[in-house]
Amino acid sequence: MFENEMNLSFLSLSENESFARVAVASFVAQLDPTLEEINEVKTVVSEAVTNSIIHGYPEKNGYIYLNCKISGDRMELIITDHGIGIKDLEQAQQPLYTSRPDLERSGMGFTIMESFVDQFHVTSEEGNGTTIHMVKYFKTSKRAIYSEV
Amino acid sequence: MGTAKSVTRRNEWQVMSVNLELTTKREHQFLIAALTGELDHHSAEAVRGKLDLELEIHPGTHLILDLSGLTFMDSSGLGVILGRYRKIKSLGGEMAIVNIPHAIEKVVQISGLHKIMHFYRSKSEALREMKGGLH
Ligand SMILES: Nc1ncnc2c1ncn2[C@@H]1O[C@H](COP(=O)(O)OP(=O)(O)OP(=O)(O)O)[C@@H](O)[C@H]1O
Ligand SMILES: [Mg+2]
Repeated sequence: MFENEMNLSFLSLSENESFARVAVASFVAQLDPTLEEINEVKTVVSEAVTNSIIHGYPEKNGYIYLNCKISGDRMELIITDHGIGIKDLEQAQQPLYTSRPDLERSGMGFTIMESFVDQFHVTSEEGNGTTIHMVKYFKTSKRAIYSEV
Repeated sequence: MGTAKSVTRRNEWQVMSVNLELTTKREHQFLIAALTGELDHHSAEAVRGKLDLELEIHPGTHLILDLSGLTFMDSSGLGVILGRYRKIKSLGGEMAIVNIPHAIEKVVQISGLHKIMHFYRSKSEALREMKGGLH
């Protein structure tokens, strides 16, 4: 089975949002995903990274860590910040909940991430940062077809 | 050699940070704004600024947002669209969205935006319908 892994760390600057999207998208391209699946990957990366930039590090820039593993038709993505963390995880994951309506956020980020991947989990500790753990299967991947043979 | 390499790299970064284009055209009280490229948190700031300036200079503007050129949009884009919608409404205008490209269909669908705003398949259809609604 084909396996690969990569790690990235970058500063919480909005310039890095498209960089992170493109980096992960080209890495998972090794699994031959469809354009639609690539787009879903880009979207979840963008949501998680943007959250770290806006909410995790609201004042001082910090590092965002991105780990991506691919194996067979499976992608595992872990995005971490060491920012302010989330006090009430349940509330944060409610659709339409946002702590920053003043910044025109609409509270859809977690809902979008959840619906674009197969497994989704958030861990967070106030004052210590937030980690988003996602797993996605590329159902139409050529490698998925080969591994069934 | 070394110089050429660093120039190339600088160009790439330039492209990355300027990944969205906004073109606007005014037809009487209608403002037609077309977005091309990637609408994320980074590029949203400029869009918000430019559109708000237009809306404040011409209160009562009706906005037609043409999204056909978008290759990417996330929740930051939803925020900009909803924010402009609220602003336009408060200034006595109407807003419509035309040409949702396939790449952003799912995000738009999840957001429930279509329950709030009018969606049309073309600018001419939007203009016709909106003008009709104004009488
Ligand atoms: N990395 C993070 N660090 C601290 N708080 C976070 C982080 N990610 C999310 N949150 C909190 O969870 C809330 C919900 O996040 P979500 O992405 O769903 O919505 P949003 O970012 O507020 O709005 P949108 O994503 O629609 O622009 C945020 O408003 C914020 O309070
Ligand atoms: Mg968000």
